[in-house]
Amino acid sequence: MALTLILIATLLAAGSGLPGVFLGRSSRWGQRVAVGLMASGALAGLAGACLGLTSAQDRIVVFPWPAMGDSLIGVDALSAFFLVPIFLMGGLGSLYSLGYWPQDQHPENGRKLQLFWGLMVAGMALLVLARQAMAFLLGWEVMALSAFFLVSTEDHREECRQVGWVYLVSTHLGTLTLFGLFSLWRWATGSYALLPLASEAVGLGVLNGLFFLALLGFGLKAGMMPLHFWLPGAHANAPSQVSAMLSGVVLKMGVYGLVRFLFLLPDPPGAWGGLILVLGAISGLLGVVFAIGQHDLKRLLAYHSVENIGIILMGLGLAMLGRSAHRPEWIVLGLAGCLLHVWNHSFFKSLLFLCAGSVVQATHTQEIDRLGGLAKRMPWTAGLFLVGAVAICGLPPLNGFVSELLVYLGLFRTITVPGAGGSAAVIGAPVLAMIGALAVACFVKVYGAVFLGTPRDHDPAQAHEAPLSMRAPMLVLAACCALIGLAPGLVAPVLDRAMAGLLPPGSAPFSVASLVPLDTVGAMSLALVAFAGVLALAFTARGRAARRVGTWDCGYALPTSRMQYTAASFAQIIVTMFAWVLRPRVHPPGIEGPFPRAAGMHSHVDDLVLDRVLAPVGRCVARWCDWIHQLQQGLTQHYVLYILIAVVLMLSTLLPIDGFLSRLFAR
Amino acid sequence: MMHILMHGLLLLIMPPLLLGVINKVKAWFGGRVGPPLLQPYSDLVKLMRKGMVLSETTTWVFRFGPVITLAAVILAGLVAPMGRFAAPVTFTGDLIFFAYLLGLARFFTTTAALDTGSPFEGMGAAREVAFACLTEPALFIALLVLAKISGSLTLADMLHGPMSGFPAQAAAPLILVAIGLFAVLLAETCRIPVDDPNTHLELTMIHEVMVLDHSGPLFGVILYTAALKLFILGTLLLHVIAPFQTGLAWLDWSLFLVQMLLLAAVVGVVESVMARLQMRHVPYLLVAALLSCGFGFLLLIG
Repeated sequence: MALTLILIATLLAAGSGLPGVFLGRSSRWGQRVAVGLMASGALAGLAGACLGLTSAQDRIVVFPWPAMGDSLIGVDALSAFFLVPIFLMGGLGSLYSLGYWPQDQHPENGRKLQLFWGLMVAGMALLVLARQAMAFLLGWEVMALSAFFLVSTEDHREECRQVGWVYLVSTHLGTLTLFGLFSLWRWATGSYALLPLASEAVGLGVLNGLFFLALLGFGLKAGMMPLHFWLPGAHANAPSQVSAMLSGVVLKMGVYGLVRFLFLLPDPPGAWGGLILVLGAISGLLGVVFAIGQHDLKRLLAYHSVENIGIILMGLGLAMLGRSAHRPEWIVLGLAGCLLHVWNHSFFKSLLFLCAGSVVQATHTQEIDRLGGLAKRMPWTAGLFLVGAVAICGLPPLNGFVSELLVYLGLFRTITVPGAGGSAAVIGAPVLAMIGALAVACFVKVYGAVFLGTPRDHDPAQAHEAPLSMRAPMLVLAACCALIGLAPGLVAPVLDRAMAGLLPPGSAPFSVASLVPLDTVGAMSLALVAFAGVLALAFTARGRAARRVGTWDCGYALPTSRMQYTAASFAQIIVTMFAWVLRPRVHPPGIEGPFPRAAGMHSHVDDLVLDRVLAPVGRCVARWCDWIHQLQQGLTQHYVLYILIAVVLMLSTLLPIDGFLSRLFAR
Repeated sequence: MMHILMHGLLLLIMPPLLLGVINKVKAWFGGRVGPPLLQPYSDLVKLMRKGMVLSETTTWVFRFGPVITLAAVILAGLVAPMGRFAAPVTFTGDLIFFAYLLGLARFFTTTAALDTGSPFEGMGAAREVAFACLTEPALFIALLVLAKISGSLTLADMLHGPMSGFPAQAAAPLILVAIGLFAVLLAETCRIPVDDPNTHLELTMIHEVMVLDHSGPLFGVILYTAALKLFILGTLLLHVIAPFQTGLAWLDWSLFLVQMLLLAAVVGVVESVMARLQMRHVPYLLVAALLSCGFGFLLLIG
């Protein structure tokens, strides 16, 4: 039943953009049909996923696929768990595009957006359902290529084409790695079916090969720190609902791949978990530090995805360590934190990107330092962004806190192990604390600079609130954040179900609810909300009676909005603290002479991997390869000559050179 | 039940007295008589009865920021145990809840400051969030040390551990942690040498500059919250530096009161004999606190 519903949903999603292709360029009907199909698909898919999460048995269906052997498709609790954000965001993002990217205002690329949106959702659903490598790869490629077309929606812009290109190269690199991974898998196990390997079925060398290929291929998609280079540009230049989907859901497919695949491998060495934990900590810390250095709203949010993937990986690393050390409680806490943060991040990050989209639509800029004072003109967007900001900082009473609490408790538990080995993992806890504090700094900066104060530029002054079709998806996501934060007890059984297939057999006694008092945490969060609400009510009347004057400005006569603290100045202390890795570039103003002319200064933080490593290395390689140009003259005669030379060289292999050499060096 | 009531009463009533003690000590060092010990209470009452003036720039964030902060800090106070008595609320992982409630308080204090659109308040907010990036990990390493020593993940057990006697090798880590926690306390409550509550120049303040535009009852709430934060972090520190108990409930409560007032006096002495650090040197102090806690942790692994 669950599988049927999900397959119907997948087909509806895949076909949702098709009718529009046959309708006129500026007709809104194509888009309405697409949204209708997508919404019904999303509802069916969510219903199927809920069924999959509640039903106990895991049914696998065999689809005949002559060329590749039979293809296995099935829905278990883990697939259903990942299907929830896919279909939720698929439906909500499609609805959002009605107000954000209306077909009649974007006749040149609206239909492309709808078509590939549906395909991407379908691709992800297929990927999550697949139990066989080829079906998995099929879903993976449909998702990856649709994402490329979505990222380069505005392909008339040079920058958009460039980031689309970088994305395409990186995703192909990832796919290539997955080809290697599944070929090795086939060689080692004799089949493409993704079923758990028996203990000691393959040697440690092959296991390590599988692990590193998986880490590389899935890590590229997830945006793990040194492999994140494609992510900030792609997320910043795509339409906002696409950024939300990429950041909230598509990155999670990398996480899904890692979780699904690593738990198929038996007896993981402790180094695997340790490596994932370290990579997670690095991604988390550097992700948020780079986010603080950004001036572009969506680029900043994109770096926060790197941070949150880091937190997710820390949970996963802990779970892997638990598998190596045979500590089921570490597995439960780490994996529960990892999975719940997957959900949470997909809710609050999508919410933040959709809010950013409504800001961009209202003001036509993503530049944080040109915005300001939007809370008065866009109260809904401002309030919802605040919900997202509190949630992403991992603060109570919202959902981010719950998943971070799980990871924290898991990390703290490693301390009970005597000896230095277990205690090494615990260093993750203070790192996570630092990530949290930096995230607070970053979102105070963003919220303050974009929504509070007074408008810094002309555009924000004329900003208008987003239409209902854009606000409704944001409201739904904010409600999800609040629900998980205030009633975390509700998700505990869901997590238990999702993890049931991944825990080592025979170690059932641990459930999330038995390890973490989620009900108490929920009660405390509710108490916090109620208490703050009562106090706020008590002060509302006095605030209304208050006299209104200007902000204190030390008696200065002509304050302007440009005298406000900018986001860049706000971040400056932290940027200086981390200058050793951020390497901020400052272009100081040239002030000369007694009557200097108007001058400007700007600073920016380039990406560590793309701008500092890959681009220079690429240029260097291109320079070395320049000499090949001398061969490429464009004359047919030359090319025929090359063919002749090649043939002669190949013929020369027929010469008895071995005999000649042996005679030459004979004693 | 009795103890929970006592906890709540002390939590709500005692904090301003600490400010009074600090000011008195500072006055003595300066050779003055100083304001009466209960002056902060009179100040609060006066502020609560005053009217409010709001900036035209501000939104609801400005009005509700201090209120949400107060709610978060009071809730944090309910999780932190006082003296040898159990806290009203105790659960596994309450230490993380405690630390993140203080984070929530910081989030809303600083957003409320930015709501005014004033460069001064922006400066203060920037400093507050930047320095927290160093105090937060220091606090967590300190908590790790306590968790390692006590083998528990609830704040009450972690802090009560030292009273029931620990092996001698825990002494050195605890001393290092106490040093680190004291620096964290000074930084989080914005006392000298990190911040000077009495400075008169907006450009050099941290906490005071963030609340320049709050007035009347809202300012009263902010003053009270600051005192409350000092009180709560003080109770944490007292567990580490003075884990004494007598066994008699009334004597233990009085002991706790006396210790708390002594701690306030120590803060007053520090404020009197030290100058405020240059703003760019504050991170060095905080990194030192972090390292102190870190070495405490290293000593435990072996």
